[in-house]
Amino acid sequence: MFRIDFNKLRFLVCDDNPHMRRILRTLLHSFGAREVYEAEDGATALEMYSHYVPDIVITDWAMPIFDGLELAQMIRQPESKGNPYAPIIMLTGHSEKRRVTVARDAGVTEFLAKPISAKGLYQRILNVVANPRPFIKTKTYFGPDRRRNTNSAYMGPERRVGEKHEVLQQPSLLDKARSSI
Amino acid sequence: MAKNSAKDIEVKAFATHHVITQPNPLRKVLRRVEEKDMDDPVRRAEQALASLSGEFKDWMAIEVQRLSTAWTAVQKDGFTKKLRDELFHAAHDIKGDAATFGFPSAAGIAESLCRIIEHAPDLEKVPAELFTHHINAILAIVHENTRLDSLSVSAELSRRLRKVADDYLANVNRDRPEHLEVILAPSIAPVE
Repeated sequence: MFRIDFNKLRFLVCDDNPHMRRILRTLLHSFGAREVYEAEDGATALEMYSHYVPDIVITDWAMPIFDGLELAQMIRQPESKGNPYAPIIMLTGHSEKRRVTVARDAGVTEFLAKPISAKGLYQRILNVVANPRPFIKTKTYFGPDRRRNTNSAYMGPERRVGEKHEVLQQPSLLDKARSSI
Repeated sequence: MAKNSAKDIEVKAFATHHVITQPNPLRKVLRRVEEKDMDDPVRRAEQALASLSGEFKDWMAIEVQRLSTAWTAVQKDGFTKKLRDELFHAAHDIKGDAATFGFPSAAGIAESLCRIIEHAPDLEKVPAELFTHHINAILAIVHENTRLDSLSVSAELSRRLRKVADDYLANVNRDRPEHLEVILAPSIAPVE
Protein backbone atom coordinates (compact mmCIF):
# COMPACT_ATOMS: atom_id res chain seq x y z
CA MET A 1 0.00 0.00 0.00
CA PHE A 2 1.13 3.53 -0.66
CA ARG A 3 0.88 6.52 1.56
CA ILE A 4 1.33 10.09 0.42
CA ASP A 5 3.67 12.19 2.51
CA PHE A 6 1.51 15.27 2.39
CA ASN A 7 3.98 17.17 4.53
CA LYS A 8 6.37 17.18 1.56
CA LEU A 9 3.79 18.62 -0.83
CA ARG A 10 3.16 22.29 -1.47
CA PHE A 11 -0.37 23.27 -2.49
CA LEU A 12 -1.80 26.37 -4.10
CA VAL A 13 -5.53 26.78 -3.52
CA CYS A 14 -7.39 29.31 -5.60
CA ASP A 15 -11.04 30.11 -4.86
CA ASP A 16 -12.76 33.46 -4.46
CA ASN A 17 -15.09 32.06 -1.82
CA PRO A 18 -13.47 32.32 1.63
CA HIS A 19 -15.63 29.50 3.03
CA MET A 20 -14.49 27.09 0.35
CA ARG A 21 -10.86 28.10 0.92
CA ARG A 22 -11.30 27.39 4.62
CA ILE A 23 -12.76 23.95 3.86
CA LEU A 24 -9.95 23.12 1.45
CA ARG A 25 -7.33 24.29 3.91
CA THR A 26 -8.92 22.18 6.65
CA LEU A 27 -9.00 19.08 4.45
CA LEU A 28 -5.42 19.49 3.20
CA HIS A 29 -4.05 20.15 6.68
CA SER A 30 -5.85 17.12 8.03
CA PHE A 31 -4.36 15.01 5.23
CA GLY A 32 -1.01 16.16 6.60
CA ALA A 33 -0.10 19.07 4.31
CA ARG A 34 1.81 21.91 5.89
CA GLU A 35 2.31 24.26 2.99
CA VAL A 36 -1.01 25.50 1.66
CA TYR A 37 -0.97 28.85 -0.10
CA GLU A 38 -4.23 30.60 -0.91
CA ALA A 39 -5.31 33.02 -3.60
CA GLU A 40 -8.73 34.57 -4.13
CA ASP A 41 -8.43 35.38 -7.82
CA GLY A 42 -6.64 34.06 -10.87
CA ALA A 43 -4.10 36.90 -11.10
CA THR A 44 -2.93 36.46 -7.51
CA ALA A 45 -2.82 32.71 -8.04
CA LEU A 46 -0.55 33.09 -11.06
CA GLU A 47 1.77 35.35 -9.12
CA MET A 48 1.86 32.88 -6.22
CA TYR A 49 2.41 30.02 -8.66
CA SER A 50 5.59 31.66 -9.92
CA HIS A 51 6.73 32.62 -6.45
CA TYR A 52 6.02 29.48 -4.41
CA VAL A 53 6.31 26.86 -7.18
CA PRO A 54 3.57 24.60 -5.77
CA ASP A 55 3.49 20.87 -6.46
CA ILE A 56 -0.27 20.79 -6.95
CA VAL A 57 -2.76 23.53 -7.85
CA ILE A 58 -6.40 23.29 -6.79
CA THR A 59 -8.52 25.92 -8.46
CA ASP A 60 -12.13 26.98 -8.75
CA TRP A 61 -13.50 27.79 -12.21
CA ALA A 62 -15.43 31.04 -11.73
CA MET A 63 -13.24 33.73 -10.21
CA PRO A 64 -12.60 37.45 -10.62
CA ILE A 65 -9.90 39.02 -12.84
CA PHE A 66 -9.29 35.81 -14.69
CA ASP A 67 -10.89 32.47 -14.04
CA GLY A 68 -9.57 29.00 -13.30
CA LEU A 69 -9.64 28.05 -16.95
CA GLU A 70 -7.45 31.00 -17.91
CA LEU A 71 -5.18 30.24 -14.96
CA ALA A 72 -4.70 26.69 -16.27
CA GLN A 73 -3.94 28.01 -19.76
CA MET A 74 -1.38 30.46 -18.37
CA ILE A 75 0.35 27.75 -16.35
CA ARG A 76 0.42 25.42 -19.37
CA GLN A 77 2.82 27.48 -21.43
CA PRO A 78 5.49 25.09 -22.71
CA GLU A 79 8.07 27.83 -23.12
CA SER A 80 7.47 29.45 -19.74
CA LYS A 81 10.27 29.86 -17.25
CA GLY A 82 8.12 28.36 -14.52
CA ASN A 83 6.88 24.81 -14.27
CA PRO A 84 4.24 24.12 -16.94
CA TYR A 85 3.75 20.51 -15.78
CA ALA A 86 2.26 20.94 -12.29
CA PRO A 87 -0.95 18.96 -11.78
CA ILE A 88 -4.04 21.17 -11.79
CA ILE A 89 -7.19 19.97 -10.05
CA MET A 90 -10.27 21.95 -10.99
CA LEU A 91 -12.80 22.03 -8.18
CA THR A 92 -16.00 23.61 -9.38
CA GLY A 93 -19.74 23.88 -9.00
CA HIS A 94 -20.07 23.43 -12.74
CA SER A 95 -21.32 19.93 -13.22
CA GLU A 96 -22.03 19.56 -16.92
CA LYS A 97 -20.06 17.14 -19.06
CA ARG A 98 -19.18 19.82 -21.61
CA ARG A 99 -17.45 21.77 -18.82
CA VAL A 100 -15.23 18.78 -18.11
CA THR A 101 -14.24 18.72 -21.78
CA VAL A 102 -13.48 22.44 -21.81
CA ALA A 103 -11.40 22.13 -18.63
CA ARG A 104 -9.55 19.12 -20.04
CA ASP A 105 -8.76 21.05 -23.21
CA ALA A 106 -7.32 23.89 -21.12
CA GLY A 107 -4.78 21.48 -19.62
CA VAL A 108 -6.55 20.64 -16.36
CA THR A 109 -5.32 17.32 -14.93
CA GLU A 110 -8.30 16.34 -12.78
CA PHE A 111 -11.86 17.62 -12.48
CA LEU A 112 -13.73 17.50 -9.18
CA ALA A 113 -17.36 18.61 -9.15
CA LYS A 114 -18.73 20.13 -5.96
CA PRO A 115 -19.99 19.28 -3.39
CA ILE A 116 -16.50 18.59 -2.18
CA SER A 117 -15.78 15.49 -0.11
CA ALA A 118 -12.64 14.39 1.68
CA LYS A 119 -12.66 11.16 -0.29
CA GLY A 120 -13.07 12.86 -3.68
CA LEU A 121 -10.27 15.30 -3.01
CA TYR A 122 -7.94 12.60 -1.67
CA GLN A 123 -8.54 10.40 -4.71
CA ARG A 124 -7.75 13.20 -7.14
CA ILE A 125 -4.54 14.03 -5.27
CA LEU A 126 -3.54 10.37 -5.13
CA ASN A 127 -4.16 10.08 -8.84
CA VAL A 128 -1.97 13.04 -9.81
CA VAL A 129 0.78 11.92 -7.45
CA ALA A 130 0.81 8.22 -8.28
CA ASN A 131 -0.31 8.17 -11.91
CA PRO A 132 1.01 11.18 -13.77
CA ARG A 133 0.23 11.14 -17.48
CA PRO A 134 2.68 12.11 -20.22
CA PHE A 135 2.26 15.56 -21.67
CA ILE A 136 1.13 16.14 -25.22
CA LYS A 137 2.07 19.15 -27.28
CA THR A 138 0.24 19.93 -30.51
CA LYS A 139 -0.32 23.18 -32.38
CA THR A 140 -3.35 23.90 -30.25
CA TYR A 141 -2.80 21.99 -27.02
CA PHE A 142 -0.22 21.58 -24.32
CA GLY A 143 -1.13 19.53 -21.28
CA PRO A 144 -1.57 16.08 -19.82
CA ASP A 145 -2.51 13.33 -22.25
CA ARG A 146 -6.26 13.57 -22.67
CA ARG A 147 -6.48 9.86 -23.43
CA ARG A 148 -6.64 8.08 -20.13
CA ASN A 149 -7.30 4.65 -21.57
CA THR A 150 -6.20 2.73 -24.62
CA ASN A 151 -9.19 1.43 -26.47
CA SER A 152 -8.13 -1.48 -28.68
CA ALA A 153 -11.64 -1.66 -30.16
CA TYR A 154 -11.56 1.96 -31.34
CA MET A 155 -12.91 2.17 -34.89
CA GLY A 156 -12.95 5.91 -35.68
CA PRO A 157 -10.42 8.07 -37.51
CA GLU A 158 -6.96 8.43 -35.98
CA ARG A 159 -6.72 12.00 -34.75
CA ARG A 160 -3.05 11.71 -33.90
CA VAL A 161 -1.05 10.74 -36.94
CA GLY A 162 2.59 10.11 -37.64
CA GLU A 163 5.04 7.35 -38.35
CA LYS A 164 7.63 6.02 -35.98
CA HIS A 165 8.48 8.63 -33.41
CA GLU A 166 11.79 10.39 -33.16
CA VAL A 167 13.18 10.84 -29.66
CA LEU A 168 14.51 14.28 -28.89
CA GLN A 169 16.57 14.23 -25.74
CA GLN A 170 16.42 17.63 -24.11
CA PRO A 171 19.94 18.91 -23.43
CA SER A 172 20.45 19.76 -19.78
CA LEU A 173 20.69 23.40 -18.83
CA LEU A 174 24.24 22.72 -17.70
CA ASP A 175 25.18 21.34 -21.12
CA LYS A 176 23.53 24.32 -22.78
CA ALA A 177 25.49 26.68 -20.57
CA ARG A 178 28.76 24.83 -21.29
CA SER A 179 28.20 24.87 -25.04
CA SER A 180 27.58 28.60 -25.02
CA ILE A 181 30.93 29.34 -23.36
CA MET B 1 10.25 20.12 -5.51
CA ALA B 2 7.97 18.97 -8.30
CA LYS B 3 10.16 19.84 -11.20
CA ASN B 4 12.56 17.63 -13.09
CA SER B 5 15.66 19.04 -14.68
CA ALA B 6 15.48 19.47 -18.44
CA LYS B 7 17.73 16.46 -19.08
CA ASP B 8 15.15 14.15 -17.50
CA ILE B 9 12.50 15.24 -19.94
CA GLU B 10 12.14 13.05 -23.00
CA VAL B 11 10.31 14.33 -26.05
CA LYS B 12 9.04 11.95 -28.73
CA ALA B 13 8.21 13.83 -31.90
CA PHE B 14 5.43 12.63 -34.18
CA ALA B 15 4.05 14.25 -37.30
CA THR B 16 1.29 16.13 -35.52
CA HIS B 17 2.31 16.14 -31.90
CA HIS B 18 5.01 15.65 -29.31
CA VAL B 19 4.76 13.25 -26.39
CA ILE B 20 6.68 14.51 -23.39
CA THR B 21 7.56 12.08 -20.63
CA GLN B 22 9.59 12.52 -17.51
CA PRO B 23 10.19 10.62 -14.28
CA ASN B 24 7.34 11.25 -11.87
CA PRO B 25 8.40 14.47 -10.15
CA LEU B 26 6.23 13.63 -7.14
CA ARG B 27 7.52 10.07 -6.69
CA LYS B 28 9.40 11.07 -3.52
CA VAL B 29 6.16 11.74 -1.64
CA LEU B 30 4.88 8.22 -2.23
CA ARG B 31 5.87 5.77 0.47
CA ARG B 32 5.13 2.07 0.58
CA VAL B 33 3.73 1.07 3.97
CA GLU B 34 2.41 -2.08 5.55
CA GLU B 35 -1.35 -2.25 5.79
CA LYS B 36 -1.15 -2.24 9.60
CA ASP B 37 0.74 1.07 9.46
CA MET B 38 -1.69 2.67 7.06
CA ASP B 39 -3.72 5.38 8.71
CA ASP B 40 -6.93 6.75 7.22
CA PRO B 41 -6.39 10.31 5.99
CA VAL B 42 -9.91 10.51 4.55
CA ARG B 43 -11.48 9.68 7.88
CA ARG B 44 -9.22 12.19 9.60
CA ALA B 45 -10.27 14.86 7.09
CA GLU B 46 -13.94 14.03 7.52
CA GLN B 47 -13.55 14.45 11.25
CA ALA B 48 -11.83 17.79 10.72
CA LEU B 49 -14.65 18.88 8.44
CA ALA B 50 -17.20 17.80 11.04
CA SER B 51 -15.44 19.97 13.59
CA LEU B 52 -16.04 22.95 11.29
CA SER B 53 -19.71 22.18 10.87
CA GLY B 54 -20.74 24.42 13.75
CA GLU B 55 -19.94 27.36 11.48
CA PHE B 56 -21.78 26.10 8.41
CA LYS B 57 -25.15 27.63 9.24
CA ASP B 58 -23.58 31.10 9.63
CA TRP B 59 -21.65 30.65 6.38
CA MET B 60 -24.82 29.60 4.61
CA ALA B 61 -26.64 32.65 5.98
CA ILE B 62 -23.93 34.86 4.45
CA GLU B 63 -24.27 33.09 1.09
CA VAL B 64 -28.06 33.47 0.95
CA GLN B 65 -27.79 37.12 1.97
CA ARG B 66 -25.56 37.64 -1.08
CA LEU B 67 -28.17 35.98 -3.25
CA SER B 68 -30.97 38.04 -1.78
CA THR B 69 -29.02 41.30 -2.21
CA ALA B 70 -28.18 40.43 -5.82
CA TRP B 71 -31.83 39.71 -6.60
CA THR B 72 -32.98 42.98 -4.99
CA ALA B 73 -30.50 44.84 -7.20
CA VAL B 74 -31.79 43.05 -10.31
CA GLN B 75 -35.38 43.94 -9.41
CA LYS B 76 -34.35 47.58 -9.09
CA ASP B 77 -32.08 47.99 -12.13
CA GLY B 78 -32.81 45.00 -14.37
CA PHE B 79 -30.43 42.37 -15.72
CA THR B 80 -27.36 44.45 -16.47
CA LYS B 81 -24.30 42.31 -17.17
CA LYS B 82 -22.82 43.12 -13.77
CA LEU B 83 -26.02 42.32 -11.86
CA ARG B 84 -26.67 39.20 -13.92
CA ASP B 85 -23.16 37.99 -13.09
CA GLU B 86 -23.58 38.78 -9.38
CA LEU B 87 -26.86 36.88 -9.22
CA PHE B 88 -25.38 33.93 -11.12
CA HIS B 89 -22.25 33.87 -9.00
CA ALA B 90 -24.22 33.96 -5.73
CA ALA B 91 -26.46 31.11 -6.92
CA HIS B 92 -23.48 29.19 -8.27
CA ASP B 93 -21.64 29.38 -4.93
CA ILE B 94 -24.73 28.07 -3.13
CA LYS B 95 -25.00 25.28 -5.67
CA GLY B 96 -21.42 24.26 -4.91
CA ASP B 97 -21.32 24.84 -1.15
CA ALA B 98 -24.78 24.20 0.24
CA ALA B 99 -24.59 20.40 0.27
CA THR B 100 -21.27 20.55 2.16
CA PHE B 101 -22.89 22.96 4.60
CA GLY B 102 -25.76 20.54 5.22
CA PHE B 103 -28.37 22.06 2.89
CA PRO B 104 -28.48 19.70 -0.10
CA SER B 105 -31.95 20.80 -1.22
CA ALA B 106 -30.83 24.43 -1.31
CA ALA B 107 -27.97 23.30 -3.58
CA GLY B 108 -30.46 21.67 -5.93
CA ILE B 109 -32.62 24.79 -6.11
CA ALA B 110 -29.58 26.99 -6.64
CA GLU B 111 -28.54 24.71 -9.52
CA SER B 112 -31.97 25.13 -11.08
CA LEU B 113 -31.65 28.92 -10.70
CA CYS B 114 -28.19 28.85 -12.33
CA ARG B 115 -29.62 26.94 -15.29
CA ILE B 116 -32.33 29.56 -15.80
CA ILE B 117 -29.78 32.40 -15.72
CA GLU B 118 -27.41 30.53 -18.02
CA HIS B 119 -29.86 29.21 -20.60
CA ALA B 120 -32.83 31.59 -20.79
CA PRO B 121 -32.47 33.44 -24.12
CA ASP B 122 -33.74 36.72 -22.61
CA LEU B 123 -33.66 37.08 -18.83
CA GLU B 124 -36.00 40.08 -18.91
CA LYS B 125 -38.69 37.83 -20.37
CA VAL B 126 -38.41 35.14 -17.72
CA PRO B 127 -41.44 35.35 -15.41
CA ALA B 128 -40.23 37.08 -12.22
CA GLU B 129 -42.05 34.42 -10.15
CA LEU B 130 -39.65 31.80 -11.45
CA PHE B 131 -36.79 33.70 -9.82
CA THR B 132 -38.65 34.65 -6.64
CA HIS B 133 -39.88 31.09 -6.04
CA HIS B 134 -36.33 29.77 -6.31
CA ILE B 135 -34.82 32.47 -4.12
CA ASN B 136 -37.57 32.36 -1.50
CA ALA B 137 -37.30 28.58 -1.34
CA ILE B 138 -33.55 28.79 -0.68
CA LEU B 139 -34.12 31.44 2.00
CA ALA B 140 -36.84 29.33 3.62
CA ILE B 141 -34.71 26.16 3.63
CA VAL B 142 -31.76 27.93 5.21
CA HIS B 143 -33.78 29.87 7.77
CA GLU B 144 -36.16 27.02 8.61
CA ASN B 145 -33.67 24.23 8.09
CA THR B 146 -34.64 21.91 10.92
CA ARG B 147 -38.34 21.81 10.24
CA LEU B 148 -38.23 21.71 6.43
CA ASP B 149 -35.36 19.27 5.97
CA SER B 150 -36.62 16.85 8.58
CA LEU B 151 -39.95 16.65 6.79
CA SER B 152 -38.32 16.27 3.36
CA VAL B 153 -40.44 19.19 2.24
CA SER B 154 -37.35 20.95 0.95
CA ALA B 155 -36.39 17.98 -1.22
CA GLU B 156 -39.84 17.92 -2.77
CA LEU B 157 -39.76 21.70 -3.25
CA SER B 158 -36.39 21.38 -4.97
CA ARG B 159 -37.67 18.65 -7.27
CA ARG B 160 -40.75 20.61 -8.29
CA LEU B 161 -38.91 23.86 -8.89
CA ARG B 162 -36.41 22.02 -11.06
CA LYS B 163 -39.25 20.50 -13.07
CA VAL B 164 -40.90 23.89 -13.63
CA ALA B 165 -37.57 25.49 -14.57
CA ASP B 166 -36.63 22.64 -16.93
CA ASP B 167 -40.02 22.75 -18.65
CA TYR B 168 -39.66 26.49 -19.13
CA LEU B 169 -36.08 26.17 -20.45
CA ALA B 170 -36.97 23.32 -22.80
CA ASN B 171 -39.78 25.42 -24.24
CA VAL B 172 -37.85 28.67 -24.74
CA ASN B 173 -34.84 26.80 -26.14
CA ARG B 174 -36.75 24.60 -28.57
CA ASP B 175 -35.00 26.33 -31.49
CA ARG B 176 -31.57 26.41 -29.79
CA PRO B 177 -30.32 22.82 -29.94
CA GLU B 178 -26.95 23.58 -28.34
CA HIS B 179 -28.70 24.85 -25.20
CA LEU B 180 -31.31 22.13 -25.29
CA GLU B 181 -28.59 19.48 -25.35
CA VAL B 182 -26.95 20.94 -22.25
CA ILE B 183 -30.28 21.33 -20.44
CA LEU B 184 -31.20 17.71 -21.06
CA ALA B 185 -27.74 16.28 -20.30
CA PRO B 186 -27.32 14.54 -16.94
CA SER B 187 -25.27 16.22 -14.21
CA ILE B 188 -21.89 14.80 -13.25
CA ALA B 189 -22.08 16.16 -9.68
CA PRO B 190 -21.57 13.49 -7.03
CA VAL B 191 -24.85 12.21 -5.60
CA GLU B 192 -25.26 13.07 -1.92
